[in-house]
Amino acid sequence: MKRRLHLAAILALLLPSAVSALEIQQVESPGGIKAWLVEDHSIPFTAMEISFLGGTALEADDKIGATYLLTGMFQEGAGDLDAQTYQQREIELAASFSFEAYTESISVSLRFLTESRDESMALLRLALTEPRFDSDRLEFVRSQVLAIIADKETDPGEIGSEAVDRLTYGDHPFARPIEGTAETVAALTAEDLEAARRRALTRDGVVVAAAGDITGEDLGILLDDLLEGFPASVNEPAARPEFLLSGGTTVVEFPTPQSLILFLHEGFLRNDPDFLVAYVMNEMLGSQRFDSRLNEEVRRKRGLTYGISTYLGAHSNSGFIAGEFSTSNESVAEAIDIVKAEWAKMAGEGVSEEELERVKTYLTGAYPLRFDGNGRIAGILAAMQFDKLPASYVDNRNDMVNALTVEDINRVAARLLDPERLHFVVVGMPEGLAEE
Amino acid sequence: MMKRLTAAAVALSLMNGTADAAQKVTEFRLENGLQVVVIEDHRAPAVSQLLWYRTGGSDGPPGKSGIAHFVEHLMFKGTEKFPPGVFRDVVQELGGSDNAFTGRDFTAYVQRIAADRLGTIMEMEADRMHGIIISDEDIETERRVVLEERNQRTDTNPGSLFREQSSASLYLNHPYGVPVIGWKHEIEALNRDDIFGFYRRHYAPNNAILVLAGDVTVDEARVLAERYYGPLPANPEIEARQRPQEPPHLAGRRLVFEDERISLRQVFRTYLAPERNPGDQRQAAALEMLETVLSGDGLSSFLKQKLEVEEQIAIHSDAFYSGATLDRSEFGLIVLPAEDVSLEEAEAALDRTLAAFLESEIEEEQLRRIRKAARAGWIYEQDSVHGLAFRYGRELMAGLTLQDIAEWPELIQSVSAEEILQAAREVFLPERSVTGWLRSPEGES
Repeated sequence: MKRRLHLAAILALLLPSAVSALEIQQVESPGGIKAWLVEDHSIPFTAMEISFLGGTALEADDKIGATYLLTGMFQEGAGDLDAQTYQQREIELAASFSFEAYTESISVSLRFLTESRDESMALLRLALTEPRFDSDRLEFVRSQVLAIIADKETDPGEIGSEAVDRLTYGDHPFARPIEGTAETVAALTAEDLEAARRRALTRDGVVVAAAGDITGEDLGILLDDLLEGFPASVNEPAARPEFLLSGGTTVVEFPTPQSLILFLHEGFLRNDPDFLVAYVMNEMLGSQRFDSRLNEEVRRKRGLTYGISTYLGAHSNSGFIAGEFSTSNESVAEAIDIVKAEWAKMAGEGVSEEELERVKTYLTGAYPLRFDGNGRIAGILAAMQFDKLPASYVDNRNDMVNALTVEDINRVAARLLDPERLHFVVVGMPEGLAEE
Repeated sequence: MMKRLTAAAVALSLMNGTADAAQKVTEFRLENGLQVVVIEDHRAPAVSQLLWYRTGGSDGPPGKSGIAHFVEHLMFKGTEKFPPGVFRDVVQELGGSDNAFTGRDFTAYVQRIAADRLGTIMEMEADRMHGIIISDEDIETERRVVLEERNQRTDTNPGSLFREQSSASLYLNHPYGVPVIGWKHEIEALNRDDIFGFYRRHYAPNNAILVLAGDVTVDEARVLAERYYGPLPANPEIEARQRPQEPPHLAGRRLVFEDERISLRQVFRTYLAPERNPGDQRQAAALEMLETVLSGDGLSSFLKQKLEVEEQIAIHSDAFYSGATLDRSEFGLIVLPAEDVSLEEAEAALDRTLAAFLESEIEEEQLRRIRKAARAGWIYEQDSVHGLAFRYGRELMAGLTLQDIAEWPELIQSVSAEEILQAAREVFLPERSVTGWLRSPEGES
């Protein structure tokens, strides 16, 4: 489930706050492309995140995997450059582009040196607009994707995520594997990839974030050059899925001494007025910090796991609260009971004044540590835009956290958490566990 | 695409070059022997403290594998001055983060925090160098956590299980053959005497390097280090590390690892290889360039060009090497055969390719390209002072000096084609290698 979401969406959830000294410029290029920028000229390079609003959810059922395969082909030759020459060029420029397919977007993470900015962006434009799909390279990358698909079948994390997605979203596109299936990938053609490219790479709605050695003016020019001629249309978000999952336990047998347990139930959308309250509540319940309640009970007191964490996840139109941990097969039943008990305790009794004060101090104090470096900052700015947060959020976030009361947390815990609705997917050979 | 396959196949990371421009690096030593390295970077009001002990997974007594890592876990249990949970609570209430790592050559304790709170975490870190208090219950609970960690990292992952077997085969005598986390039966048997014996023997200021990185000046660092670490007594029994060394390797080793959880068949080979040594890093620099020529130059990489493009034997190939180790390192090669190619054929193709490489000429054009990429890498690296502090720490733990670290980028830039080929000739010797086949039991050869 986590891997299906746009990375940016996850990043934003992890953000407790932001540094007030961070100056976010909202740039609009002469051609009308909007971007967020934090200028910092101390190191001669720029990090950027560019996301196009068209992901795997747009694929027809018999073409799934097209977007993923497309992202693999962006670095396999473009325009006049065959794959080898293209790759030599990227290394020579010392630029780095990475492409990712998500359910609702395609993202490009890039960095480039100031001295070769123009050449780097020209190469990226070539990759995005004129990928070659040469048949030998297409067959090679296809064979890699088929290997990745085969590998997922014996990876507990992948097995668990697939089961969760299927149980949660049924036939909805959010439940389909991003990489496609062996069957669909085998049948994909260069025309399918070109169709996916044209559909996904549109100019309107594109999310751009940059940090580093570039001015707003130069960024505007760069974006106009990069995206010139891209279609102006916007892809509609995926239809809202029905959240099919109900309480229970599903075991997927897998021969391993330790089980992986994924658990979740429905949660809030990102625009829910209680989202921030839920975020702070989750921090106390199950964040990766050592002293969350779940870590205290499952790891520290009983030694049943190396780590347990919970998080709030959200597609554009479907939200959930989820968590995961691993424990020896013989401890699965005991650990699940503890999770349920903590869920019930938080929903029923809420938190204390002291616990809330401690988490506030942590969340508001952690802010300067998050913004260390151009790469991190670009990622955060992209995440904020995906979450439709205003740039001023960085200045107000700590005040919003500090204003929360025990009553707020307890009300939202009672609204959100329900141990009876929790569904546990167990991958392994658990002992003494009844499937429901 | 490649990245995912690589992540599945390779555990070791490449340590690359150094930085100079944005950060100023200084060192000094306290009277009790604590070495302090300060990496100044005032871009953000945050600072990292990394305390590195010259003791790791390869420094425990025989039969006590995992002891360094177990002690690392127990270091979070508290002291008289800072009872259990207080360290963690204080760091978190200051908005900081707190973690620890054990490697073959080091144990490192790491915090990152707002710059004005540096003194607080230095006080607490110094305190637990000599005063940890651990109950029997703590030991048993933490033992379960460590066993679950071993389960999670190794026993549920056939690739990790194989690499453990492979390292144990590569090193005939040196403790690099023993896993850092420990063999399960030895973790189960570690006791209080083992733990405190190890702690008292290795945890001392004259066996540690403190790296402070971020928004701190050398003068501030000196005052704080004197105040908090200065009073700690040196341990006169600390000596330079002398581990059992490798005898001559006379016979190559072959492993067939079968596990029903393996989907992607693999040929995985490692050669014993020289490491970086103080004042003597040239061969290691050549090996790092060799790694790039073989697999880090896109489709122009020698392995990829031969195995993936020309012969179409492999869907993925890779080389890996890190010279930042105290003793002999390893140079690794990985081939994932194409669907209709057997492991035997893939291995034969790898051998053919290496033989052809030794007879080939490396083009100046290629060297120019990868040198430029290496230079850019050092610019990008400056973006994270925390990451930079980790690299410095690891390299210092490998016995290198700041001068060695500063000279490394120039060495990388100056290595010649002939030196790369010569390094390859000296390392690619069958008798100093382990070759593994990974497959599921029902798979073909």
